[in-house]
Amino acid sequence: MTATPKIELIGVTKTFGDNAVLKGIDLQVAAGESLVIIGTSGCGKSVTLKCLNGLITPDGGSIKIDGVEIFGGDRAAMEDLRRRFGMTFQFGALFDSLPIWENVTFRLRQRQKLTKAAARDIAVATVTDLGLAPHVIDQYPAELSGGMQKRVALARAIADKPEILLFDEPTSGLDPITGGVIDRLIIDAVQRLGATTVTISHDMASVRRIADKVAMVHNGVILWCGDVKDMDKSGVPEVHQFVHGLAEGPLTQTAAPAQQGRT
Amino acid sequence: MLSFIQNIGRTALTFLSALGRLTLFSVIAVRWIFTPPYYWQQLLRQIIDIGYYSLPVVGLTTLFSGMVLALQSYTGFARFSAEDTVATVVVLSVTRELGPVLAGLMVAGRIGASMAAEIGTMRVTDQIDALDTLSTRPMQYLVAPRLLAGTICLPFLVLIGDVIGVFGGYIIGVFRLGFNPAIYLSRTLEYLEISDVTLGLIKAAVFGFLIALMGCYHGYHSGRGAEGVGRATTNAVVSASILILISNYLVTALFFGV
Ligand SMILES: Nc1ncnc2c1ncn2[C@@H]1O[C@H](COP(=O)(O)OP(=O)(O)O)[C@@H](O)[C@H]1O
Ligand SMILES: [Mg+2]
Repeated sequence: MTATPKIELIGVTKTFGDNAVLKGIDLQVAAGESLVIIGTSGCGKSVTLKCLNGLITPDGGSIKIDGVEIFGGDRAAMEDLRRRFGMTFQFGALFDSLPIWENVTFRLRQRQKLTKAAARDIAVATVTDLGLAPHVIDQYPAELSGGMQKRVALARAIADKPEILLFDEPTSGLDPITGGVIDRLIIDAVQRLGATTVTISHDMASVRRIADKVAMVHNGVILWCGDVKDMDKSGVPEVHQFVHGLAEGPLTQTAAPAQQGRT
Repeated sequence: MLSFIQNIGRTALTFLSALGRLTLFSVIAVRWIFTPPYYWQQLLRQIIDIGYYSLPVVGLTTLFSGMVLALQSYTGFARFSAEDTVATVVVLSVTRELGPVLAGLMVAGRIGASMAAEIGTMRVTDQIDALDTLSTRPMQYLVAPRLLAGTICLPFLVLIGDVIGVFGGYIIGVFRLGFNPAIYLSRTLEYLEISDVTLGLIKAAVFGFLIALMGCYHGYHSGRGAEGVGRATTNAVVSASILILISNYLVTALFFGV
């Protein structure tokens, strides 16, 4: 028998106003697999990721987790589903008004009564695991560097041992060394948890380190999807151009729509 | 001609759907106020922010309003030898009208803006989505405590503002207009009824709810980027101020003659 994919998207569409962002995304991720989504800025990678745990409701198509349609149930069903996910956001999205220890243990403390001391102990253990100094837990997000914020966001996402991890550009804006460290942390965490992961990345070195499979989004559909080792011989000009960061190629003519605000 | 009618129709539809969204938003938020888990820390933070830190603004506003009211009503009533009524006029105007409306408008500027800016920033930086991914309902965690705190705090602020406003009138009455302190005080209390004060406090509670609702609603639906947050902030203050003036009339009319 063929195993049910952990995550399955069939013909997912999403339009904002008159901006048709997703025009029919088809994607499958097997349990324990690490998929990386690549594509030009503004092509809808973040929107796709947010559809997976219902933060954005698609206009059409179907999204199944373990074979179960996620938009079929009520709010409580969606809340239960979200518990199985951990997610980091493109811009960190740490809670500005809370110190690091409260950020890291946020979800744990929603689920169970924890004394302040116990929560702080867990926070210290988690951040030191990720190579941060213990005193960081009393600082606020704005006091940390970009790389440290990304680590804290990672800590917050995995603190509760979710089955599925979603990472939106975990290494973008970081120097190559810190980026490498984050990649290592992701690989470690995933192996430890046995989680299925979907990561968005622009960083090809990072893609090669963390991906089992790669999918390229272009013009609202999956242009190519395959094993990371086949990425260089895909035969698709757009993929070739993207992977090698070439200025000339098919992607330049179909530039992404003008960005308003942020990507 | 046709396009003119179309425009009216479209505006009316937009207005109705906005009204519908707002109503739905408040119903959901109010329901979460009464559903566990209760976020006491959030509530406390909001109460301090709204109730405590607004005291100087509200105190100064009502103090000077009470003072100016004493001067102006003296000028007016002296023209038909009714200067004696100054104390009564001051206390009734302050408790029934000026206290709640001025405090409401000042707090709308302060709190409506800061709520819209804070929640709007959380929206555009994905912090609200992050709450959803961390087993927390943003409506319950962010909006419900603010609505509750606004509704609780404004009456207290107004009560304190009333006292300060009357005190302002007293200062002018005694030290500038030469009233006997004891007589001024007894005049202040003579015609004041409990219902005057409660009317003011009911208004205050309504205003507090509306201010928090506008701040949260506009912040929650903030457009993208810094520009979106800026627009949300402006909209929150403007709509809260207008709603305060409209609901002030409605509540007054409802209790008129009671
Ligand atoms: N909440 C939203 N409202 C309106 N438009 C949006 C929203 N989120 C994303 N978009 C638009 O969708 C497109 C894809 O955005 P996104 O998925 O963030 O791109 P990226 O692939 O760089 O992550 C962009 O054009 C963006 O402007
Ligand atoms: Mg993105």
